[in-house]
Amino acid sequence: MDLKAVSGLWNRRNRARSVKFVPAPVLVLLAAGLVAQIVWHGVRPPPTARAIDLPSPPSADALAMSSLGDPVATAKLLMLWLQAHDNQPGVSIPFASLDYATVAGWLTRILELDPRGQYPLLAASRIYASVNDEARQRYILDFVYRKFFEDPGQRWPWLAHAAIVAKHRLADLPLALKYARAVSEHARGPGVPDWARDMPLVILEEMGELEAARVMAGYLLSSGRVKAEHEKRYLMQKLEELETRARDEGGAVQ
Amino acid sequence: MRESKIFTIARYTFLEAMRNRLVWLIVAFIVIGFGLSQFIAEIAVAESAAFQSSFLAAMLRFFAVFTIALFVITSMVREFDEKGLELVLSLPIPRYQYLLGKLLGFSLLALMTAVLCGLVLLVHAPPGQVALWVVSLSCELLIMTALSLLCLFTLSQVTLALSAVMAFYLLSRSIDAMQLMAHNPIVDSDSLSQRVIEGFVDSVAFLLPDLARFTSSEWLVYHTGSWQQMAPILVQSVVYMVLLAGAALFDLYRKNL
Repeated sequence: MDLKAVSGLWNRRNRARSVKFVPAPVLVLLAAGLVAQIVWHGVRPPPTARAIDLPSPPSADALAMSSLGDPVATAKLLMLWLQAHDNQPGVSIPFASLDYATVAGWLTRILELDPRGQYPLLAASRIYASVNDEARQRYILDFVYRKFFEDPGQRWPWLAHAAIVAKHRLADLPLALKYARAVSEHARGPGVPDWARDMPLVILEEMGELEAARVMAGYLLSSGRVKAEHEKRYLMQKLEELETRARDEGGAVQ
Repeated sequence: MRESKIFTIARYTFLEAMRNRLVWLIVAFIVIGFGLSQFIAEIAVAESAAFQSSFLAAMLRFFAVFTIALFVITSMVREFDEKGLELVLSLPIPRYQYLLGKLLGFSLLALMTAVLCGLVLLVHAPPGQVALWVVSLSCELLIMTALSLLCLFTLSQVTLALSAVMAFYLLSRSIDAMQLMAHNPIVDSDSLSQRVIEGFVDSVAFLLPDLARFTSSEWLVYHTGSWQQMAPILVQSVVYMVLLAGAALFDLYRKNL
C-alpha cells in the first residue's frame, strides 16, 4: 500500500459522513429533544435566592482533621468563604444582620488554624467593625482586643485601628485609650512604629487629662524604649507643651 | 426480533461490567465511605446522624457519577480499539439498535449502582426518603450515561470525553447559582457587559439539565422529600435523555467506520 492510499484511508476514517447519512427519524428525535428541553426550562420556575444563615463554627478538632495536614491553606480558604458569606448567589446580607458572635467564632477558629495569619483581625477591625450598629462594633472591637494579647508584636496594627474606630466612630475616648495603652505597653519589636507608642498620649491630651499625659510622656522618655532622636525631641517638646498648658490652666483656675 | 438484538447488546454490555469487577469497586467504595462517615460522626459535637447521612450521600453521589462516566467511556474506547463496533455493525444490526442496546446495558449498571448506594443509606435515613434519593440518583446517572456516550462518539478520546462530562456535570450542578449571581451583581450595573453576561448564562441554562434540584441530601437529613418533587425530576430526565440519545445517534450515523 503506497503513502497516498494510507493517507486516503486515514482521511476517510477520520472524516465524518455527511448529514444525509443520518436517518430522518434521528434528526426529528434530536430536534424534538432540543425543543422539549428549551420548553421545559422555560416553564420551570426560575431559581430563587435563599439567604443561608452563617452556621456555627465546627470544633477545632474537626477543622484540624478536615485540613488534611495543611491548616494554613484551610484557614485561607475558610477566610475567603467567611468574607464572601454576605454575598450569596442572588442575595446580599448586610453586616447588621450577621450574628457577630458566630462571626467571631469563625475568626477564632481560623486564627487557631493559622495563628500568624493577619487576615482575620484585619477583617474584624476594618470590615466587620464598619457596620452601622454600635453594639456589633463594640463586640468585634473587643474581639480584636482579646486576640491582640496572643501575639502583640504582630497584631498591634489591628488594635491600633480599633483605637481609631473607638475614637472617631464611637466617640468613646476611654475605650480608645484602653486600646491605645494596650498597643503602647505590649507591642514590642522593630516593626512597631513610634506613633503606635505615642497614641495614648494624644488621646489623653484630647480627653483633657493633661497630668496623665505628662506622666505618660515622662514615662516614655525615661523608660529607654524611645531610641530615635527625633522621637525623643518630639516627646520632650510635648512634655514642655503639656507643662505649659497645665500651668496656664492652673493659673486661670486660680 | 429487533428488541432481542437490543437486549442482547445490553446484556453483554452489562455482563462486561460484571466481569470487570466494577461491582467490587462500588462495594469497596461504599464500605470505605460508610467507615469515613462513622468517623465524621465521632468528631462531630452535635447532629452526628445529620453529618453521617449528608457526608455519605454527597460522597456516594459524586463517586457514582464519576465511576459510571469513567466506565462508559473506557468501555466504549475499548470497543472502538478492538473493532467490536465494526464487528457488530457488519451484522444486520442498524446503528440505532446498537446505541440503544449499549445505552440500556449501561443504564442497568447505573440503576444497580444507585440501588447499592441507597442500601447503605438505609442505616441513617427512613426508607421512603432513601427511595426518593435512589430514584433521583438513578435519573442523574442515566443522564450522565447518555452524556458519556455522546461525548465519546463526538470526541473519541478518554481524556477529552471525561473532562467534558465532568465539566458538564459541575456546570449543571451550579448553573442555578450562576444565574442568580449574574442577575444580582454585587455592584448594581446596567452596563452592556452585564447584560451580555446575563444573556449568556441564561442561554447556557436553557441547554443544561437542572441537576442542582436532583438527589438532595436535605431529604436524607431533614426528611423533606416527597414524591411530588420527583415529577419534575422525571420529566427533566426523560427530556434530556431524548436530547442526548438524539445527539448521540446523530454522531453515530455520521461516524465513518
